[in-house]
Formats: sequence, structure tokens, C-alpha cells
Amino acid sequence: MAQFTLPANSVIKKGKAVNKVEAAKNVKKFMIYRWNPETEENPRLDTYEVDLDNCGPMVLDALIKIKDEIDSTLTFRRSCREGICGSCSMNIDGTNTLACTKPIEDIKGAVKVYPLPHTDVVKDLVPDLTHFFAQYAAIEPWLQTQTPPPPDREMLQSKQDWALLNGLYECILCACCSTSCPSYWWNGDRFLGPAILLQAYRWIADSRDEMTGERLDNLEDPFRLYRCHTIMNCTNTCPKQLNPAKAIVEIKKMLVQRR
Amino acid sequence: MEKFRTPLSRVRLWGSAKAGSGLFVAQRLTAIALVPISLWFVASVIFFIVKADHAALVAWLQSSWNAEILILLILAMFYHGYLGVHEVVEDYVHHEVVKAITLVSMKFVIIAITVASVLAVLRIALGT
Repeated sequence: MAQFTLPANSVIKKGKAVNKVEAAKNVKKFMIYRWNPETEENPRLDTYEVDLDNCGPMVLDALIKIKDEIDSTLTFRRSCREGICGSCSMNIDGTNTLACTKPIEDIKGAVKVYPLPHTDVVKDLVPDLTHFFAQYAAIEPWLQTQTPPPPDREMLQSKQDWALLNGLYECILCACCSTSCPSYWWNGDRFLGPAILLQAYRWIADSRDEMTGERLDNLEDPFRLYRCHTIMNCTNTCPKQLNPAKAIVEIKKMLVQRR
Repeated sequence: MEKFRTPLSRVRLWGSAKAGSGLFVAQRLTAIALVPISLWFVASVIFFIVKADHAALVAWLQSSWNAEILILLILAMFYHGYLGVHEVVEDYVHHEVVKAITLVSMKFVIIAITVASVLAVLRIALGT
């Protein structure tokens, strides 16, 4: 059955208040999920206080400040700090988003930060995305043709055909949508999830690709595709304002059309 | 043994079943069909069935289109319900044996109920 409660060793315990900021007017509390695989301890929620007058505007700025100045053991992924690499995806204030594009001032009260939901945790805020990227590899995310490419130039595409890829090619594979999807929580082993299905549709919709039929064949499956029940968490949570739910509907429409 | 499988082999698994679109369409078609049929049924209950006595009800079922629409309601409703519960079981039951037993017995039960319901309507409508 689907798991509705955490196993005993995953229950989050109350953590410790790590530091106190005195003599600052603009203090924000950050409550951060901590778990270390090298200890036997349960996960805990540690509280850090950050002086916002002395910190950048985004949640990632605060995390980096905490790691630099308060607790160097805090572990998280980050790279570009401008919403294009998809590394710092985590659950902030109850919503999956990118720490680098989430303004601290948008959050009322303490800022609660957890790893992406229903993922295996590697450490602290770092989720194991091995399966997610294996699923990405399984849809063969590259242009495939039978016709050899022209020897002297690129394969061309009209501006109209290119426009069909708008809202698809911008996906940065941060996994915010997939890990917000209940269907992906319960059946993520076989359901491909919104991010991967949007990526799959990105190649199905590409006018230059010649393997559309095979791509649709590979998706036409009660679990790979049809676990999607249009819950729309994916579209709600996407930090790039994309619409994976719509891409999935387009795939279903094509499957019905070709019958 | 499972831990020696590569991540990609776990994902590719048995490949695609190349199925599901038919049921997806059927679920939507039965939903569309059920809109007018359900309205008819609710209206019939409110304006006629609650006030009718047994003889009037039998006469109502034997007249014109009532029996036919009632049978359509039974077929569409049970098929739609079956598809819905099928999805729920696939979503939440992860034990393969339990899942198989649930799905198969569900199918048997729903077919039995459907046949019994249709037969009941037919017996009244045809007056046997």
C-alpha cells in the first residue's frame, strides 16, 4: 500500500537552535531539515537565525550565509544561483522551488526548508535523483532521425515549428514538479512523472525529430503515462512557470488521435 | 539481486504495455454519456418515482424509452465506476498478488452486478 506515515527512522525530531542573533533588527528564523547518513540519529529540524540586513535577498543567500558563517556541516546543492541549473531545488515554506529564486521576504514567519518530498535523502537537503535521471535517459532526450543530416548545414525548422517548443525547452530538470506529484510519490518506480513527460513531449513536438511514433509507443503505458490524473501540482509548483500538465495532456491527445 | 541492476534497467523494465489509451477514452466517453442520462434519472426520481406506486412504476418502466435509458444508465455507470476503481487500485495497491486478486475479483463482481441489474430491468419491462 501507499505509505502515509514515515518509517520510524525517518520521523523528524525537534532539532536544536544553533545560534542567536543579538543586536540586529531584521532577524529571520530558518528551520532546516538535517540528516547525516553517518550517524544512527533520526532527521531533525535545526533552527538558525539570520540577520537579513546582512544577507542577500534569496533563500539560497541565507543558506550560503549559514554554511559560511554559522554551520559548515549544512549540506545542499547549488551552482548557478540564478535559476538556470536546477541544482538548489528543495521544499521551502511547503512548496517545491529553487532556493536561488525564492525571495525570503515572500515567506511569513520562520522559513522551513526540507529536501524534495518523497525522495531518498543523501544528506540534509540533498536528494538522490539517480532514478529521476535514469528515467530521463530512458526517453532518449536527443534529436533522432532516419534521414542523414545535410552535410553542409543544420537541419532547418520553421519559426512556427520552433514556437511549438516554447514552454518545453525551458525546463531545467530541477525535479520540483515530479517530486510534488502524488502519483509520482506512490508509483514513481514506473510512472515517469511530469518533468520527464514534459521532456518527452519536447522531442515529440519537435518538427525535426523522426521517431515520434516510437516515442509515443514507449509512453503508451498504464503506468509510464496514465498514472497522471491531472492533479496539477506540477504546474502549480514549477519555478520556471512551465506547464507539465499541459504537455502530458498533449501526449494523451496524440495517442488518442493516432488510434 | 535488485541492487545490482542498473538504474536504467529498473526504468526500462518490461518496456511499454502499449495500452491504456482505450481505457482513457472509455472513461471520458462514459463520463460524457452519463451527464444527460444522470440528469434524466434524477429528474425521473424527483418528479415521478418518489410519488409513484408499484403499478405506476411498472407501467412507467414498460412504456416507451424508459427501460432502454435505464439499461444505458446501468451499463455506463458500472463501466465508468469500474474504470475509476481500477485506477485507484493501480495507484495505491502495490503488492502484486493482492493487486491481481483485487482487480480480477472486482471485475467479476462488477460484471455480476451489471448482468443482474440489466436482467431485473428487462424482466419488469418485458413483463415476465
